[in-house]
Amino acid sequence: MIKISHLVKNYGSMCAVDDISFDIERGEVVGFLGPNGAGKSTTMNIITGYLSSTSGTVTVGGVDILDDPLSAKRLIGYLPEQPPLYPDMTVEEYLGFAYDLKNCKFNKAKHLKEICDVVKISDVRQRLIKNLSKGYKQRVGIAQALVGNPPVIIFDEPTIGLDPKQIIEIRNLIRTLGREHTVILSTHILQEVQAVCDRIIIINKGKIVADELTENISKAVENTRRFNLKICGPQRDVLSTLKNMSGIVYAEVLAARDGDAYTYMIESEVNVDIRKKVFWTMAENKWPIIGFEALGMSIEDIFIAVVDKTGDSAAGKKKTRYAEQRRAAAEKEMAAGMVEKAAEEVRRRAEEPDEAPEPEGRYYEDYTVTEDTFAAKPEDGDASGDAADGRDGPAEAADAGAKNAGGN
Amino acid sequence: MLAIYKKEMRSYFINPVGYVFVGVFLTLAAALCCYTTLQSSSYSTASYFYFLLLSMIVVIPLLTMRTFAEERKMRTEQMLLTAPVSIIQMVLGKFLAAFTMFGGSLLISLINLVPLYIIGAEEDNLTDFSFTHIGPVTAEIVGSVMGILLVGGAFIAIGMFISSLTESQLSAAVLTIAVLVFMVVLNLLNKIGSDSDGTRVINSYVVRYVIDWFSVISRYTAFQYGILQWSALLYYLSLTFIFIYLTVRVYERRRWA
Repeated sequence: MIKISHLVKNYGSMCAVDDISFDIERGEVVGFLGPNGAGKSTTMNIITGYLSSTSGTVTVGGVDILDDPLSAKRLIGYLPEQPPLYPDMTVEEYLGFAYDLKNCKFNKAKHLKEICDVVKISDVRQRLIKNLSKGYKQRVGIAQALVGNPPVIIFDEPTIGLDPKQIIEIRNLIRTLGREHTVILSTHILQEVQAVCDRIIIINKGKIVADELTENISKAVENTRRFNLKICGPQRDVLSTLKNMSGIVYAEVLAARDGDAYTYMIESEVNVDIRKKVFWTMAENKWPIIGFEALGMSIEDIFIAVVDKTGDSAAGKKKTRYAEQRRAAAEKEMAAGMVEKAAEEVRRRAEEPDEAPEPEGRYYEDYTVTEDTFAAKPEDGDASGDAADGRDGPAEAADAGAKNAGGN
Repeated sequence: MLAIYKKEMRSYFINPVGYVFVGVFLTLAAALCCYTTLQSSSYSTASYFYFLLLSMIVVIPLLTMRTFAEERKMRTEQMLLTAPVSIIQMVLGKFLAAFTMFGGSLLISLINLVPLYIIGAEEDNLTDFSFTHIGPVTAEIVGSVMGILLVGGAFIAIGMFISSLTESQLSAAVLTIAVLVFMVVLNLLNKIGSDSDGTRVINSYVVRYVIDWFSVISRYTAFQYGILQWSALLYYLSLTFIFIYLTVRVYERRRWA
């Protein structure tokens, strides 16, 4: 649906977008992720024909945006970073103007009513835009993009400045739109893309550093190495037990205290799932675990790792073209590596489905547990693990707003 | 284009600026008419229209200052530029809306001349000289109105162009007034003093000729006498088109910048 190849945009000597290429299929919801000033908005402005590229081509629905801008623009609904609203118009007038501007040939009243219903602004249709709240303004901006039912919808930071409830509503709306439309969405909020998008493109300093399915990135994020534990029991003993457990490389007491329980943070060795072992060990000592929270590597961590790690080291040096290229290559490699590892993990799990419901007896072999303790329900540690997480993760994150997707 | 035209027309009347324009224009026209014809007991409308033309220097920027500056400031131009509408259509839509406002006000202001006709008709009945024309000369009025419409079109195009260069309505207005004043003053420079007593400010004929060529007002004189001068018509139309074209170029250029 959208094909971008070797897109370059220079503002004077500053390079905002540096040789970006990607394709977006019909019906995909793609998230554009990047820190401020990464070139997200510039790219979107070029796709929508508001700006022209320095070089490279953009085709929308097979039409080059430069060859036939009017036909290409007809396929796109665009919500810029700042919604283009006329404060002195009522919502009704404004949408009517958008309808006329796009030269639509539907039943005007019916079409506008449908759109107002979809974005839930029917109750403010007769009000002046300048009197609306920020959330409503944003929704009017979205409504404007939907007028004419364009097959491609582009949102530049659609949830900025909205309250959590509105953010959830808008994300749901975008998901709904994604069923029939191609949606591109830019944001620097990571949960957002994770919640809404099928695919994530991470941009930094005008370059694509990662372009992967959200699923894969979520898998990379789903990390089972660090946990926050809440355990009732004598602090020193619990800590020393944790520290002395094989498979745990690091343990500390966090300040938070809840009754007689303390919060501990542990980190396990790579490729060791420590959860069940911790459970049984604590059970043995009769120190009930009342909280177990995975501090999964959040998508933020990946993002920051990808974006920063190489960037900082290069910043000190003289910025030659060569160094830049190397940095970009390294960034891409890192991100690709993380994602690849995750993808491999997914494949591995898919190939061995039997492994998921592990035999109960296994833990008894490893750790001797007295019969009476918690033997009745040994599957507890298992239930919240593994493959199901990745699927639920994004949806949960959307519903819970700012809740970390990796954590359960 | 029609959508933009309609939106512009509407925005003139949901904003105070449209009412201010019409109000100021009609008040000025009425006052000028009163002083130049009724008060000075004259049927000649030439000076009325001449002063009206000069007053346009102040009035036209009211119309044009917001056309592009505001859109740019509010970022609403992004909507226009990403809509399936070409830049030329956008600029023309706005130009036509401003021109409609201006032309409409001008036509309404013609009511001012009705008393002249009434007085003229009365006086005509009283006198026996049926062979002389008493009252305002309709051809002159038609010519002047045409001339003013053409000059107004050019002024609007200039104002629009300046508005497209800036984000601030105020600086657009001030700059437009400055440019229009300059274009008019150029002509006045030529007129100061006389050859007979050697008090000409600009002595060189060549310089005067060139200034005359650039001056917007000098070509208006023919219209005053009800003469349709094709060169003047062409001059004003091309001036209008040049500035419309330049406005389009400003937008094209910004896209590529």
